[in-house]
Amino acid sequence: METRREGRVSALLEVQGVSVRFGGLAALDDVSLKAEQGEILGLIGPNGAGKTTFINAVSGAVKARGSMRFDGSSIAGLRPHQVARLGIARTYQMVQPFPEMSALDNVAAGALFSGAASSLPDARKRAEAVLERVGLAQQARRPADELTLAQRKRLEVAKGLASRPRMLLLDEVNAGLSGPEIDDALRLIRSIAAEGVVVLLVEHLMRVVSSLCDRVIVLHHGRLIANGDPASVLADEAVIEAYLGRRYAERAAARGRA
Amino acid sequence: MLGQVLLNGLLLGGLYACVAAGFSLVWGVLNVINLLHGTLVVLGSYLAWMAFHFLGWHPLVALPAVALLVGLLGAALQAGVLNRVVGSPVLVTLVITFGLELLTRNALLLGFGADYRTIRPASTWGTAQLAGLNLPLDRAVAASVALAMTAALYLLLRRSWLGRAIIAVRMDRDAAALMGVRVERTFIAAFALGAALAGAAGAVLGLVFPISPLQSDAYLGTAFTVCVLGGLGSVVGAIAGGVALGLVQSVGGFAFGSENATIVSFVLLILLLAFRPEGLFGRRGYA
Amino acid sequence: MTERRAITGSWIAAIAISVAFFFAADAYALRLGTLLAMYVALASGWNIIGGMAGYPSFATAAFFGLGAYAGALVQQKGVPMPLAWAFGALVPAVAALAIGWVVLRLRGHYFAIASFAVAIVLRELTTNWTSLTGGGMGVNLPVLQISVIEQARLFFAAQTTLAAIAAAISALVAYSSLGFALTCIRQNETAAGMLGLDARRAKAAAFALSAALAGAAGAIYASSIFYIDPGDVFDVLIAVKPILMAMLGGAGTVAGPVLGAAVFFGFEQTVWAHFLSIHSGVLGVLVVALALFLPRGLLRWKRAGKAA
Repeated sequence: METRREGRVSALLEVQGVSVRFGGLAALDDVSLKAEQGEILGLIGPNGAGKTTFINAVSGAVKARGSMRFDGSSIAGLRPHQVARLGIARTYQMVQPFPEMSALDNVAAGALFSGAASSLPDARKRAEAVLERVGLAQQARRPADELTLAQRKRLEVAKGLASRPRMLLLDEVNAGLSGPEIDDALRLIRSIAAEGVVVLLVEHLMRVVSSLCDRVIVLHHGRLIANGDPASVLADEAVIEAYLGRRYAERAAARGRA
Repeated sequence: MLGQVLLNGLLLGGLYACVAAGFSLVWGVLNVINLLHGTLVVLGSYLAWMAFHFLGWHPLVALPAVALLVGLLGAALQAGVLNRVVGSPVLVTLVITFGLELLTRNALLLGFGADYRTIRPASTWGTAQLAGLNLPLDRAVAASVALAMTAALYLLLRRSWLGRAIIAVRMDRDAAALMGVRVERTFIAAFALGAALAGAAGAVLGLVFPISPLQSDAYLGTAFTVCVLGGLGSVVGAIAGGVALGLVQSVGGFAFGSENATIVSFVLLILLLAFRPEGLFGRRGYA
Repeated sequence: MTERRAITGSWIAAIAISVAFFFAADAYALRLGTLLAMYVALASGWNIIGGMAGYPSFATAAFFGLGAYAGALVQQKGVPMPLAWAFGALVPAVAALAIGWVVLRLRGHYFAIASFAVAIVLRELTTNWTSLTGGGMGVNLPVLQISVIEQARLFFAAQTTLAAIAAAISALVAYSSLGFALTCIRQNETAAGMLGLDARRAKAAAFALSAALAGAAGAIYASSIFYIDPGDVFDVLIAVKPILMAMLGGAGTVAGPVLGAAVFFGFEQTVWAHFLSIHSGVLGVLVVALALFLPRGLLRWKRAGKAA
């Protein structure tokens, strides 16, 4: 039963029984979850667990079976550009800029193609504002392939933000960043979620997951094995067995006791 | 009637496989569509013709020398020209091989003129009867030699050090370099092999088809179609594709009239490209 | 902005030269000018799909031939030339949408081959469909009852107008959202799609535009020489030369194809005049040199690193 909050459907993303098969391999196996406006969800699990596949399924980049609903309407079977126009933005683990275009134009593309801006000049104006917000205003005129890795990661997020998304799927947006850079990223993500955007982030850094996420989802061999608040998920036996490892659990317990 | 058509197709197919194998190797390993390939085949035919005309050698006897000469030309071209544009966009490599083709074809036209020449050995092997079908022995021998050379390429790739270096470079250039493979030299070897095989195919084809610089487009088109049909970068694919194309052309010519044979082949090519670009035996994503 | 002044200046100069040429030149020179204008139109047309979108199309010959036949066949039925030429632009554009639906799914080499194969199929179809096209015997158009110089002027005016239209369309596309989309497609098509761009539609539009321009050039060409046959108008070189011209000048830019067409034309005429029997060989050498030393074109030679 869906509860109505302020006249809107509360679960923005509703995924049920989603499976993705590549040949004989089930990359995702019967995954179901819900996400509400403004929630920050962490998606964790060992390599090959299906995290990126999940993002690919939701964004339409791979064919998936099962039901996927966004804001009440089905998004199953839609092509990537159609999904993007509904307000779902995603980033890539291996960043995908337009290398010879300026950072500004990269972000303007995000605004223009999603429909958030109706003309190229409008898109560029919006891009300036977004670059300001993510702290890349200085790099606006530089070609994307001249930016550092951290800057390119922020550019990815900026492209997504420019499209005025209602859901943002971040795939390992913090990999390769230094401590302070990660803190900046966390601040940005919190501010995005505060605007009501659902943020789903694939992460390997547990400190990010525990400090940032409202809920954590764990995938293992394509199956969902845990779904709850960070503290309980990270202490869950099955999760420790599959992913975190005994030593992590012991250290976490020791920290808890100290 | 259909049996004869199929047999003709098979014989054609053997020849086509050989024409395409070198092309497939170059495309698969260097990611270069060698627009010069058809002209190299014709060059091989002319060299065999010259050996026949001036030395009295039967093309099959001249074969090794022809292959060597054309292979050396290929090595020179790769070392001098093509190695400089490895990794360039598709258009650049297409344009370069196109330019080389223009140059080579012009040279052939100047040297030999456009009229068709043939190689007619004093004694032909006539036509045998196989299960009630006509088996022109010249063609049969040509097709068998062609297939044998293609098989030899396969063995070379699988069993020799050079072959394995070529395969390694194709799979992962950087990893191969880290393992001590001299990548640029391997490219030269691969292109030279492709050229040698083209020249050898030309020598064999000289027994069956008329020789003229105007034939090079047809051979190039055949090589393309075979590669797309059979899958890229795989000798087995070249054989499968060659046989398939031979059959398609033979049956298509029989069903739709021989003047429409080209249309049938090219429409097939386009449809394959659109819906199954990896062909019968290739792997996706090697564009 | 000096760039804007340079552009306006070039347009004014080009128009002025063309008008002067129209009145002052003799028939032979006018025919050369007509050929140059046709090259500009073809190169600019190719540039939209090949340079801006980055899809190396070898279909120019297909659309040129299709336009030539479409224009010639209706002109034979009595349709006045300008309408015939417009028809010669429309038919290839529609064909491009249909062909593009299949062929634009491919990328890189595969797209190049498929686009080339289309020309071959069309050539063979035209040769074999004798009842419609006269087959290998070609199409004869009634000779115009006007003087040689008037004919020369007429077709010169037609092709230069087409060249101007081509350059204008090129510029309009380049600075519009479509051009922006094509640039994104060229640099990272998957990312563009993920951001919400319907790449299929953008590519189809580019392909159709380039086909319309090639087709119009073909139709005008057919009218100007009064006789066409399949081998002539579906010739491989018609597919390749516009590519070389655009690359020479700078593929992806607006002025590049125009500059490249002019330089190439100059080379070609010089080589024809002096090296007839080896002219294709010399062209081959030039082409190889182009690819080795100037792959990004003359315009980008000095300006290394400028954003596309």
